[in-house]
Amino acid sequence: MSNSPTTLFDKVWDSHVVRKIADGPDVFFIDRHFIHEVTSPVAFLGLLTRGIGVLSPERTFATADHNTPTINQHLPVEDPLSANQLLQLEKNTAKYGISHWGLGNPKNGIVHVVGPENGITLPGMTIVCGDSHTSTHGAFGAIAFGIGTSEVEMVLSSQCIMQPKPMKMRINVNGVLGKGVTPKDVALYIISKLTTSGATGYFVEYAGDVFEKMSMEGRMTVCNLSIEMGARGGMIAPDQTTFDYIHGRELAPKGADWDKQLAYWKTLKTDASATFDEEITFLASDIEPMITYGTNPGMGMGISKHIPNAVDIEGGVATYEKSLEYMGFAQNDSMIGKKVDYVFIGSCTNGRIEDFRAFASIVKGRKKAEHVTAWVVPGSHVVEAQIREEGIYDILTEAGFALRQPGCSACLAMNDDKIPAGKYAVSTSNRNFEGRQGPGSRTLLASPLVAAAAAITGVVTDPREFL
Amino acid sequence: MAYDSFNILKSSAVPLPIENVDTDQIIPARFLKATERTGFGDNLFRDWRYDKNDAPKADFVLNNPTYSGKILVGGKNFGSGSSREHAAWAIYDYGFRCVVSSFFADIFRGNAINVGVLPVQVSPEFLHEIFTAIEADPKAELEVSLPEQKITIVSTGAFENFAINGYKKNNLLNGFDDIDYLQAMKSEISAFAVNR
Repeated sequence: MSNSPTTLFDKVWDSHVVRKIADGPDVFFIDRHFIHEVTSPVAFLGLLTRGIGVLSPERTFATADHNTPTINQHLPVEDPLSANQLLQLEKNTAKYGISHWGLGNPKNGIVHVVGPENGITLPGMTIVCGDSHTSTHGAFGAIAFGIGTSEVEMVLSSQCIMQPKPMKMRINVNGVLGKGVTPKDVALYIISKLTTSGATGYFVEYAGDVFEKMSMEGRMTVCNLSIEMGARGGMIAPDQTTFDYIHGRELAPKGADWDKQLAYWKTLKTDASATFDEEITFLASDIEPMITYGTNPGMGMGISKHIPNAVDIEGGVATYEKSLEYMGFAQNDSMIGKKVDYVFIGSCTNGRIEDFRAFASIVKGRKKAEHVTAWVVPGSHVVEAQIREEGIYDILTEAGFALRQPGCSACLAMNDDKIPAGKYAVSTSNRNFEGRQGPGSRTLLASPLVAAAAAITGVVTDPREFL
Repeated sequence: MAYDSFNILKSSAVPLPIENVDTDQIIPARFLKATERTGFGDNLFRDWRYDKNDAPKADFVLNNPTYSGKILVGGKNFGSGSSREHAAWAIYDYGFRCVVSSFFADIFRGNAINVGVLPVQVSPEFLHEIFTAIEADPKAELEVSLPEQKITIVSTGAFENFAINGYKKNNLLNGFDDIDYLQAMKSEISAFAVNR
């Protein structure tokens, strides 16, 4: 071990390098591997074709989430292609002895919700999944990122992938967040400043007062969105908040093992004099509730602002204009007052209990706007149970909202939860790409508070009016 | 051996001068339901290529017979968003073997190499030169030499060198892949895993 000052990222990365290839990537060991029904079948097929097996089935965890229905989960899945993917996941995991939380299992839910919730995600680990929002798990001080299906096959067969070590960026946000400003707004603000490719090639560490004071759910939301500025992942040094969250979870270490691991976790922080390839600092007081107006997550702004003029933005004017045309918006438009047809709360970004608490804080005692279709989708059965236990279910029902069953749902619209062409959705998910929520759909990314305000008024509304 | 080897590719190119082309555009999520790696080319750029009645959109470049070739030239930040390798499969399955851009998203870049599509990153200025050359002559050829790590606009002779690490270069030249490499070092990995 070297004595020179190192970053949290260096500590975790360097301890997982099995072999360094000269003029090539590192052979990088993976502690935990999550798989789901959409990006794993071809990897299992690859194993068959090559005649190789799964090296460490106990390190891989499967859940079904991407294409699953969010109503009537007790019935057979109607779409034959989705049903086949679910069946393949069940068969493949059974064949190799991999844990599988399929549809109907009480532990089922979105992969990036159930991993932390069950104590699978721990500080100092390396975690991958065939899903770019695997960056979520970085909230625990893990190195976590999304991989392609060829790499899923690598992890299954050798528990390693080949990765060049990314550069390091630290993003500090200091100060106190204003009323109605949530972790989602912090992330959308950072992305709007860095653009959708501003952190490509980097792995990010988030630091500063704002993240230190943030809950684990909030930290997961922030780390989840790291990929939307191009970063491979983002991480936050583990602290007492992290340890308290993990303690007692089903698969978390217990007894003497807990004490041993905790001692290690406490060493996982960036040394005071360690340096980064890039360091950026923002002020919490500059951030207001955010909303996006374009077709990538970098096209966001404070909800009280006006859509920027093409001449004031970085990048190609043609691409910018194409984006606004798709959205049916014009330069200098205000977003406040724009009609909203759909509201979606859920996803691996904002599908945890705190998100539904926030949503309920605004809809409580009010009524959903009649013309708005709202999809309220918990991230897991555990979150669903919490919603009921805490009385949020009753608040939602009285306000005219129905609670659906867990899954990725309208975030990527692989199931039937599709926003129709031309319609506007305020969505707590992570991507506003063209057609992301259904062919022709128009997405406005925002926090659960902004989503709640829009669901009540039927138009884009500053949530601070309700707080 | 997982894919064709790549050496020198000389071909006309298809221009797509749009920035931030995300993998949801390359292959929309509703087409990710296959359990085998075939047929994705039909749905490459599905919603830019076809209207809601599945009729080809005349103004999209893949529907314009003027342009063809094994090289796709895209704007800055190509392949952002979802990690779906299906995006690289769709590009490969359609017949492209190389994507040129001034900037690639990380995961897409890795996925492309892993399926045998060479991502060639050039300067914004050279990207502009390529678009200009194709605009002047849609049949303008590009020559991509992996051994020399060099991309040339054949008509003008203008060229630029591109970066690729030696390990990946060797893989592509020979059609090897990472799984071959990792299988050969399994005992080393198992020894490493004991303490983890």
